[in-house]
Amino acid sequence: MATAQTRTLSRIMMAPAVIVLLIWMIVPLVMTLWFSFQNYSLINPMMTGFAGWANYVYVIGDPSFIQSLVNTLILVGGVLLITIIGGTLLALLLDQPIWGQGILRIIVISPFFVMPPVAALIWKNGFMHPGYGMLAHLWKFFGLQPIDWFNQYPMFSVIVIVAWQWLPFATLILLTALQSLSEEQREAAEMDGANAINRFYHIILPHMARAITIVILIQTIFLLGIFAEIRVTTGGGPGYASTNIAFLVFRTGILSNDIGAGSAGGVVAVVIANIVAIFLMRAVGKNLDA
Amino acid sequence: MARAASIQTRIGFTALAWAIALLLFAPILWTILTAFKTEAEAIATSPTFLPREFTLENFGAVQDRSDYFKHAFNSIIFSVGSTLLGLVIGVPAAWAMAFAPTKRTKDVLMWMLSTKMMPAVGVLIPIYLIFRDLRLLDTLHGLTLIMTLINLPIIIWMLYTYFKEIPVDILEAARMDGAELYNEIVHVLVPMAVPGIASTLLLNVILAWNEAFWTITLTSGKAGTLTAFISSFSSPQGLFLAKLSAASLLAIAPILLMGWFSQKQLVRGLTFGAVK
Amino acid sequence: MGSISLSHVKKSFGEVQIIPDISLDIKEGEFVVFVGPSGCGKSTLLRLIAGLEDTTSGTILLDGVDMTKAPPARRGLAMVFQSYALYPHMTVRDNIAFPLKMAKAPKEVIDQKVEYAARTLNLSSYLDRRPRALSGGQRQRVAIGRAIVREPKAFLFDEPLSNLDAALRVNMRLEITELHQQLKTTMIYVTHDQVEAMTMADRIVVLNAGRVEQFGTPLDLYKKPANRFVAGFIGSPRMNFVDGPEAARYNASAIGVRPEHFSLATTPMPGAWKGKVGVAEQLGSDTFLHVHVDGLGLMTIRTDGDQTFGHGDDVYLTPDPARIYRFDAAGLAL
Repeated sequence: MATAQTRTLSRIMMAPAVIVLLIWMIVPLVMTLWFSFQNYSLINPMMTGFAGWANYVYVIGDPSFIQSLVNTLILVGGVLLITIIGGTLLALLLDQPIWGQGILRIIVISPFFVMPPVAALIWKNGFMHPGYGMLAHLWKFFGLQPIDWFNQYPMFSVIVIVAWQWLPFATLILLTALQSLSEEQREAAEMDGANAINRFYHIILPHMARAITIVILIQTIFLLGIFAEIRVTTGGGPGYASTNIAFLVFRTGILSNDIGAGSAGGVVAVVIANIVAIFLMRAVGKNLDA
Repeated sequence: MARAASIQTRIGFTALAWAIALLLFAPILWTILTAFKTEAEAIATSPTFLPREFTLENFGAVQDRSDYFKHAFNSIIFSVGSTLLGLVIGVPAAWAMAFAPTKRTKDVLMWMLSTKMMPAVGVLIPIYLIFRDLRLLDTLHGLTLIMTLINLPIIIWMLYTYFKEIPVDILEAARMDGAELYNEIVHVLVPMAVPGIASTLLLNVILAWNEAFWTITLTSGKAGTLTAFISSFSSPQGLFLAKLSAASLLAIAPILLMGWFSQKQLVRGLTFGAVK
Repeated sequence: MGSISLSHVKKSFGEVQIIPDISLDIKEGEFVVFVGPSGCGKSTLLRLIAGLEDTTSGTILLDGVDMTKAPPARRGLAMVFQSYALYPHMTVRDNIAFPLKMAKAPKEVIDQKVEYAARTLNLSSYLDRRPRALSGGQRQRVAIGRAIVREPKAFLFDEPLSNLDAALRVNMRLEITELHQQLKTTMIYVTHDQVEAMTMADRIVVLNAGRVEQFGTPLDLYKKPANRFVAGFIGSPRMNFVDGPEAARYNASAIGVRPEHFSLATTPMPGAWKGKVGVAEQLGSDTFLHVHVDGLGLMTIRTDGDQTFGHGDDVYLTPDPARIYRFDAAGLAL
C-alpha cells in the first residue's frame, strides 16, 4: 500500500544494495566456475587449457573429499547439538531466581567476543596442550596420562572450541525467548496440573521453537565456513582427520597452488551450502513470518 | 510476579549457575592471568592461579615483535568503516523493504541472506585474483569493501526487522508535513530507530572485528588487522605462552570491553530482532 | 482556498476494487464528514486525497489545480491520524515546528507560530515534553497543532477521536468544531461514528462498499434518507424496518420507523402493533424499549425517561404516519 511514486523511490533505494550483492554473488561465482574447468596451477604454469571435468573428478574422487564432507557435517551438527541443548539448559538455569543475574549474563556472553584465532590459540596452548595445558595438569592431578587432544581427537577438539564460542550466542537468544513467555501462561499450566517436565515440553519448548530456528539458521551460516579454528589448531590434520570442505579448498587452492582444483572444490562447497540453505530457508521462512 | 522460591533452591541455583559461568569464562580468565606472568611461571609444571610475580614485560615484547597499535588501528578502521558503509547502503534498502513492501520483498530478503550462505572459500580464489589485479591486496580499503559486502545482508535484515516495528503512520505524517524522502529518513526514521541501529552497529562491528578469513588471506603486513596480528603468534607454538596470552588479551580486550558495556543493546541485536 | 473536487476517482488494490467510481465537490471552508461502516473505503478515499495512495483512475483537483499525481508533501494539506502519529523522539515544540522546518521557515516565524498554536490549544506548559509524557487528549491536540501551523488548504482527520475515552471524545469534538469556526478552513473528517458525523458536519458523505450513498446536510440525511442504507445508518438508535404484508399496506416493499416516532400505549389501540417488552434500557433522560412485536420481530422504541416498563409488559405501538419511510425493492426511498 503505497503510491507509485513511493514504489519507484523504493526501487531506487534498494538498487545499491541489490546491485552490489548481485555483483558480489555472480562475478566471483562465474570466475570460480570458469577456473574449475581450466587447467590452472601456479606451480605448473605450462599446463593450461580446458580441463573438462578433470578438476571435479580429481577433487571429488580424492578420498579426502568424502572425509572433509563428513567432517563438515559432523562439525556443524556437533556444534549445533551442543549449543542448542546446552544453551537451553543454561537459559533455563539463568531464568531461575538467582543472585547476580546481570553479571552472570556478561560472563556467559564473553566467549562470543573472542575472535576465532584467539579462541583457538587459547585452547590449543593453554588448555589442550599435552605438556603444559590446563587439561594436562588436571589429568596428571588424577594420576592419568595427559591426552594429546589435537592428535588423538582432532575433530572433537575443534568441535569443543567452536561450541565454546557459540554456546553464549545460543544461550542468550534462548534466554531472551524464555523471558518473553508470560508468567500467566506458566501459572495457568501449573493450575492445570502440569508438572515441570510437562510444562517444559508443552509450554516452554513450543514457545522457544522460533528462537531455536533462528539459532540454527545463524549458526549454520557461520559454522559451514569454519576456518581459522582449524588453521590455527590442527592445520586440518592429522592427515585429513579435521579438514572440512572450507579448509580443503584452502589447502588445494592456496597451499597447493592448484587454482583449477581449488575452484572445483569451491563450486562443490557452494553447491553443498546451497543445499543446506534451501532446507534452512524452507524451515525458517515458515517460522520467520514476521 | 516471580514465584517465591525457597532460599535453599535459590542458593543451589545460584551456585550452579556461577559454577557453569566461571567454567565458560575460564579460558578468558586464564588468558588474562597468564598475560601478567613471567614465561617461566606460565609453563611451570605446577601451575599457579594468580601471577606470583606481576609483570608487564609481555606486553612490551608483543609490541616490539609486531606492532600492536598499527594492527589495532587497522582493525578499528576496518570494522567501523565496513559497518558504517553497510549502514549507508542498508538503511535506504531496509526503508524500502519495510515501508513499501511488494510481493517479492520477502524473496529479496531471503536471497540477500542466502549470499551469506556462500562459503568464503568458494570465492576466495577469484577475489584473490581480482584483488591482485586491482592492486587491492593488503590494502585497508579493499578489505573494508569485502567486509561491507559480507555483513550487508545481516545489516539489512536487522534494520528491516527494526524498521517494521515503526508505525508507518508516523512516516506518512512526515510526508503530509511536507518532508521529502531525505528528510523523512534522516529526521524521522533514523532517530526513531536509534536503538535498533545501535544494535546493528555493535553486532556488525564485533562480527567484523572477529572476521578471520579474509583478513588473514588478503593481507600480509601493511593492512593486517588484529586477527592477522594474532595469527603471527601461532607458529612457534608453546614457546611464548605468556606473550601469546598478552597478545591475545590485547586483541580481544577492546571488543570485550565494548561488548560488556553495551550488553543490553547487543543482546537485542544478537537476536537479529527476530526474538522479542 | 480549499476547494476539493474529485471526479470519477477509482481505486483498486490488485483485483480488489475498493472504490468503484466516486465524484464529489467539497466547497471551500466546508466541514465534510465521511461516514460509513468499517471497510466502506472512507479512509482510503481520505488517503487518496492526501496523496498517500494513488488513484487507479480519475482526477483530484485542489483549488482547481490537478493534484492527482502530486506527492503528499506538495499538496499543502494537513492530516491528523487516528494514532496521532507524533514523532516520539521530538518534544512537543519540535513536533509542532516540524512542518515549518520542512518548509524552511525562518526561526522567528517558527517560534512565533508554535507559541500561538500552543496557546490556542492549551499546550503552552507542555512544549518541552515528549509525546509519551502526555495524555491521549494532549497528544491529540499536539497532532492538531502540528496540522494548523502550516496553514494548510484543508485539514484531513482520520478517525482522530477513536482512541479517546467517551468523555474526552465529546470535549474534543467541540474543540475541533470550534477550531473550524475559527479558522474557516476546509476540513474532511473520517469516522464510523454517526453521532460525530451528525454533530460536526456541514455536509456528510455516507459511504458504503466504496460508493457514495448520499451526500447532504445532517438534517437532510435524517429527514430524507435516499435509501434504506442511509436511513439505517443515520440516527441512533437505528431505524426499525418492517417488510412483507405490513409494508405492502403502505405500498412499499419495506417501511422504516425511527424509534422516536412511535406513540406508546398500554391498552389496545386500533391499528397499533402489539408487542411484549424484552429489555428496557433506562438512560435517565430516555428509555429505550426493545419490544418483540407479534409477527414483525424486535423493535426499538424511544420514550421519555419517566416511563417505567418492565420485562414482559404488553405495549401497543402506533407509528407516526407522517414519519414512516417507504422503500422500494431496491432499497431506494419512495
